[in-house]
Amino acid sequence: MIRLEKRPSPSRFWIAATPVLAVVLTMIAGGILFALLGKNPVEVIRTIFWDPLFNPQFSGYSRPQLLVKAGPLILIAIGLSLGFRAGIWNIGAEGQYIMGAIAGAAAGLAVFPTESRLIFPVMAVAGALGGWAWAMIPAILKTRFNTNEILVSLLLVYVAQNILASMAVGMLRNPEGAGFPGSRNFADFPAARNVELVANSGMHWGVIAAFVAVIGAYVLLQRHILGFQIKLAGQAPKAARFAGVSPGRMVVLCLGISGALAGLAGFFEVTGPAGQITIDFNVGYGFTAIIVAFLGRLNPIGILLAGLLMALTYIGGELAQFMLSLPSAAIQAFQGMLLFFLLAVDLLTNYRIRLARREVAK
Amino acid sequence: MSEPVLLSVQGITKAYPGVVANSDVSFAIAPGEVHALLGENGAGKSTLVKMIYGLVRPDTGTMTLNGTPYTPAEPRQARGAGVAMVFQHFSLFEALTVAENVALGMENPPPMRDLAGRIRKVSQDYGLPLDPGRTVGDLSAGERQRVEIIRCLLQDPKLLIMDEPTSVLTPQEVDILFKTLRQLSAEGTAILYISHKLEEIRTLCDAATILRRGKVVATCIPRERTAREMAELMVGATLTPPARSEKPKGAVALEVKGLNVASPIPFGTALKEVGFRVAKGEVLGIAGVAGNGQDELLLALSGELRSAPGAVRIEGREVGHLGPTERRRAGLVAAPEERLGHAAAPDMSLVENALLSGAVRKGLTRQGFIDWGATEAFAAGIVKEFDVRTPGTHVAARALSGGNLQKFVVGRELSQSPSVVVINQPTWGVDAAAAAAIRQAILDRAADGAAVVVISQDLDELLEIADSFSALNTGRLTPPRPVEGLTVDEIGLMMGGAHGMEVSHHGH
Amino acid sequence: MNLGGIELELFLASLMVASVPILLAAIGELVVEKAGVLNLGVEGMMIAGAVVGFATAVGTGSPFLGFLGGAAGAMALSLIFAFLTQVLLANQVATGLALTLFGLGLSALIGQGYVGLKPPLTGDVPFGPLEDIPFFGTVLFGHDPMVYVSILVVAAVWVVLTRSRTGLILRAVGESHDAAHALGYKVIRIRVLAILFGGAMAGLGGVYVSLIRVPQWTDGITSGAGWIALAIVVFASWRPWRVLLGAWLFGGISVLQLSSQVSGGLPVGFIALVGVVAVATTAVLSAMRAARGQGAMPSAIAAGFCIGPLVLYAGLVAGGVEKIGLSVELLSMSPYLITILVLVIMSSGKGRASLSAPAALGTNFHASR
Repeated sequence: MIRLEKRPSPSRFWIAATPVLAVVLTMIAGGILFALLGKNPVEVIRTIFWDPLFNPQFSGYSRPQLLVKAGPLILIAIGLSLGFRAGIWNIGAEGQYIMGAIAGAAAGLAVFPTESRLIFPVMAVAGALGGWAWAMIPAILKTRFNTNEILVSLLLVYVAQNILASMAVGMLRNPEGAGFPGSRNFADFPAARNVELVANSGMHWGVIAAFVAVIGAYVLLQRHILGFQIKLAGQAPKAARFAGVSPGRMVVLCLGISGALAGLAGFFEVTGPAGQITIDFNVGYGFTAIIVAFLGRLNPIGILLAGLLMALTYIGGELAQFMLSLPSAAIQAFQGMLLFFLLAVDLLTNYRIRLARREVAK
Repeated sequence: MSEPVLLSVQGITKAYPGVVANSDVSFAIAPGEVHALLGENGAGKSTLVKMIYGLVRPDTGTMTLNGTPYTPAEPRQARGAGVAMVFQHFSLFEALTVAENVALGMENPPPMRDLAGRIRKVSQDYGLPLDPGRTVGDLSAGERQRVEIIRCLLQDPKLLIMDEPTSVLTPQEVDILFKTLRQLSAEGTAILYISHKLEEIRTLCDAATILRRGKVVATCIPRERTAREMAELMVGATLTPPARSEKPKGAVALEVKGLNVASPIPFGTALKEVGFRVAKGEVLGIAGVAGNGQDELLLALSGELRSAPGAVRIEGREVGHLGPTERRRAGLVAAPEERLGHAAAPDMSLVENALLSGAVRKGLTRQGFIDWGATEAFAAGIVKEFDVRTPGTHVAARALSGGNLQKFVVGRELSQSPSVVVINQPTWGVDAAAAAAIRQAILDRAADGAAVVVISQDLDELLEIADSFSALNTGRLTPPRPVEGLTVDEIGLMMGGAHGMEVSHHGH
Repeated sequence: MNLGGIELELFLASLMVASVPILLAAIGELVVEKAGVLNLGVEGMMIAGAVVGFATAVGTGSPFLGFLGGAAGAMALSLIFAFLTQVLLANQVATGLALTLFGLGLSALIGQGYVGLKPPLTGDVPFGPLEDIPFFGTVLFGHDPMVYVSILVVAAVWVVLTRSRTGLILRAVGESHDAAHALGYKVIRIRVLAILFGGAMAGLGGVYVSLIRVPQWTDGITSGAGWIALAIVVFASWRPWRVLLGAWLFGGISVLQLSSQVSGGLPVGFIALVGVVAVATTAVLSAMRAARGQGAMPSAIAAGFCIGPLVLYAGLVAGGVEKIGLSVELLSMSPYLITILVLVIMSSGKGRASLSAPAALGTNFHASR
């Protein structure tokens, strides 16, 4: 009989080791899944995790893509991780990402084709505000009416998607686009364009913002009383109130930061890699970032690594789709599986597993 | 043996990782006997009765019931064999009705309507009035205990286990409970009575088994021993009562007037027109049965619950509308009852827990940035000064024993040179030595000029350290009176008498 | 009967059908939450059920087997949730989210080969002459069997929760797992069974979408129904019959939304409908309050809700307005907006909804000493 025994203190070893173990277990389970789909599991795993980086045939294209994909994932996940630590579950980052993109793009397109150095920063602020405002809806409903922020933030994703569709065919439609849905392309609007900073690196302003967010979150959590309060509110809500932390303030703060960062991510995406507002502009970064946040153990450095790894599964997944005709949905299932394994092995940080001859009666 | 034996426990051992809860424990109970299981917190009483009730299985050792081997694998089997248990905590469902709660504790409950009738009948027979249709969350602590007792009695138990039953009762309610227990004993039901209250055991019990650190250290007939003798057997050392200085009291440091707040706790008690004053150097003891507004009073004083500005004043300043941080700044520190989860964050280290309430008064942050060095020194200072037994300041709070964590929490608050100290249940679940140290520290701080409010359900503790005494009863506070000259009867009346129970006890 | 562009009997009949998926998923989740478990993976389980059920029905040609297969598929997913949260003590919120993400991916994977296929038809229950009763014949009779099954499930859940010992134990576990454990109840086992039931119901709801409501397979076919089901449990204050009410409410909204999208505007009858529903609700609530001796409703608000829409409707009809033009996007976001609105109303007012929530909801149980 197996028995769980609570550790007196969380295991430092397992805090670092569980994500690695989860990745390994996911590769094994994923391999089985791919084998069931009639693919050679070793080949698929190699195509996803190895080829994009080290196969000279693909790495030229894939390596820059790593940062392009990791940037928004990290930026969003950093914001989400603060809320998750505080026990505030913003799962509507996808919606905030959309609204940030719309707000940022709209701010720029409003002054098209003016050229000014100020345009891009102003658009960035507008993007952050767009995401922030969208996140403030669940925040205020939570603090004022005690409405569940999980459901509200998630439901608002569907609303945001409809707004996006309406914008793409309505207010933001390219007047010179021959009636096709979609906004002007920012490639034609230099002042508002999120350019690749170093050629063939994938490095754009959004990636810089992600790195800044990682450092900022690290300092906040390690050195600042606000970070301490966030952790406290999540671990022991009653103790947090005793310490003078206002739960409402935490909700507004955490949802606000995560909304603003998601909005920024959307803005950088629409002005850079995506180039324009389209009906299918969002590709699920807001949801994948949830996995990234957990895979990184809600730790900024961990999120940085997890974001890169998850970006790799995106790129490798595309490659496998192209080379081995692996369905794209398989990668989505693979990512979900990773989160399962992570949650499963997380047990090891707080519990010891013992084999016992006789069991405590349940 | 000439006497018949109902339950016999032989050589029971139960070990948990790092601690042996019971080691070679043996004792026996005869039918109709009231047998005390006496010991300090952590002596292994709870583990022992959980094994008898089938919640935990012993590692080694045997039990016999009525001469046949008794190995309950689960409470259901124990109940089937005629063993019933009244818990100290955690066995009632607040959102369910009395009848539903009773039904959940029975093997084959009759249909609800019949059950309600049987509850009424048993509660009449044993003088424990109870309405089967009421929601348990709305009941007082004493009434909740009645639910548990009636749940047991409906199954005609041969052995009734009672775990610290009087900690939630007023003195008058204790008298009524003892009448019920004597009636049961006279009818042939054996009672295993767990307590650390010596006078109670001397009044009620026929025999006592004394446990210390999981081992039986003595068996005795309580009536033939003094309370002091038993205490020394239980603790294993002689204890000195705290020393108090007789000093004239200073100016009023904490004034509460017309304090009315609704309870934030489900099924909690609202505070109604609470008012008192505490002078510098004075210790005010607030007694009361659990659930009469103690938690709410602590929250309202610590600032976690806001009230009208003038309802709470610290050194004349209105603070009722201010939160915990501002009140700390004004000189008030507080220690809630619940150590893990309220006073301290279980998974955080002692250093982080020192920061939790010490940041303001100890100046541990600068423009929001934490000075970890100073915080570490503060935590280490508490550990040293208050003799907190821990491998270091970097272990999680949950790794500490109850007594050590309580010393840390109380020490953390008292080390902030406060002008007002509020503590709820300072020594609950703490071993005698730690309790004595905590009481002494509180008295020392009062001697330094702090105004101290101690909320406690332990009357002996309050009488030992308080200068003035009042009681909370359904959210109202009696006017404080000097401790000197108070009788137990007076205290009982202040605590709310027996909630109208005495009239219905038959033959009384 | 035509109410400003809305055929009332057809409207009510399609409402009965449209509400089934949410109803099944919500009643399952209600049982799960009553046992103290918060499974946010309803959406994932629904869509997994939808695809497995679709595949089974296409493969076997039997809708009945399709429903069984979908329920089993979703149950298998819920078993993962049960294992992670009940045995490995993983955070329920995170695990529920993982379940949804995984379910969406897995369903897209399984569903690849089924895009564009037609599932076998599910026949209607033959009620014979009952179907010819004016009005009620159309509204109540002549639906597919799942309409009746879903309502029977609600009734059964209500009976079990309020009248049976099993239900009492389930509620006890959801109120306080420590107390239930101290009395010797198998907390984990009961919760796992509740989670499996919730999975099966979510699966049935999903199959209903892919076999009857739509009926075909597309990615993301449940489009948030699982999340709305979660919201309905809150709306219902954890009471079975109110779940039915909530499901009908959202069934009505989605019917209106679809018909408006087809006809290019919201029929003004919608406003009259709001008035009629308000009058009926007020009447029922007043009767209930009177029966409990609680006195009348706060009349000004009730009167406003009842009279306002009717006056507005009369005005619009007199003015010759037949449709209120709304954009497609606004119409398709309306169910989500209304869900949020309902959540706000239910949770405000001294946290009313949260008061009736099971006390141990979302917390894990580990038997220590």
